[in-house]
Amino acid sequence: MAEAAQTEQGPLTTIVEDWSSDVTTFKAVPWGKAMMWIFLLSDTFIFTSFLVSYMAVRMTQTDAWPEPSVVFALDAFGYQAVPLLLIAIMTFILITSSGTMAMAVNMGYRKRKVAVFWLMLATALLGLSFVGMQAFEWTKLIAGEGVKAWQNPMGAPQFGSFFFMITGFHGLHVSAGVAYLAIIAWRVLRGKYDNTNFEIVEITGLYWHFVDLVWVFIFAFFYLW
Amino acid sequence: MAEVGQQHPIKVYFLVWLLLFVFSAASYMVDILEFQGHLRWLLIVIFMLLKAGFIVAIFMHMKWERPTLITAILVPPLVLLVLMYLLWFEADYAWASRIVYFGDEVNPIPEAPPTHAAVPH
Repeated sequence: MAEAAQTEQGPLTTIVEDWSSDVTTFKAVPWGKAMMWIFLLSDTFIFTSFLVSYMAVRMTQTDAWPEPSVVFALDAFGYQAVPLLLIAIMTFILITSSGTMAMAVNMGYRKRKVAVFWLMLATALLGLSFVGMQAFEWTKLIAGEGVKAWQNPMGAPQFGSFFFMITGFHGLHVSAGVAYLAIIAWRVLRGKYDNTNFEIVEITGLYWHFVDLVWVFIFAFFYLW
Repeated sequence: MAEVGQQHPIKVYFLVWLLLFVFSAASYMVDILEFQGHLRWLLIVIFMLLKAGFIVAIFMHMKWERPTLITAILVPPLVLLVLMYLLWFEADYAWASRIVYFGDEVNPIPEAPPTHAAVPH
């Protein structure tokens, strides 16, 4: 096939030939996967716009910006105010779920349906626990600290707006991902994809890894900065 | 779609999984050990980019895709850097104007973060 020949040419030639081939541009990529990538590209723009506007507002702020490591501290294990404890646990949970998802994709290409089902279910449950912890965090912030989307007793009111908007939008993505994973896992087990290559597992995986990817940036820019 | 299936040794996944834990723990340590200033931001960004790179390259299989898909997906977000630069530039100016015209005696503020100094004018 043409693919074998193209491995010898440079990447630039491949790109030009793929785009000018007058047939499918993304060779050997299922359409669902290409569309998921394009969707994720648009989502990248949304999240980056949020983060960049957060940067602009925080930089122009003349009120004090609350210290995230103080705001998100928790008393635990006999220590008082461990900084970012819950956030660290949430981060590790999301990474763990990314690992189980990657394993599910791998098992999918080996056509091991039952393993795929359980790994995807584990991923969904980890995602659910992430959303649960986020709900706890929001409750603590709203009811305990009095931070609202329009006010913040610790300083700049925009802290509340950006916190709830950015983490809320991410939490929405996680929640949607949990539903998506559960549906696909169930369909895999039912045998709906038996005569395919199980690309659907990889496509679902792309979405889930993207959710983890966004969290990497939120963790760095919102919680650590 | 004969060669759609992508099989990679599970070892790679475990290695990346472990690395993600290590980088996360490391960026958490930046906060715990209270690194400040440029060192803090540098470390945060380095660990962030390392994590993002491994997730995209290995977990999202970008490393094994054709250059056509890689460039189609990874090049467009670079324009966001322009947006970031423009708003950074603008925010720096807006912040300075607020201080000049409104003064800082109403809301005592901490010293200007060093990021402002790093922006070329």
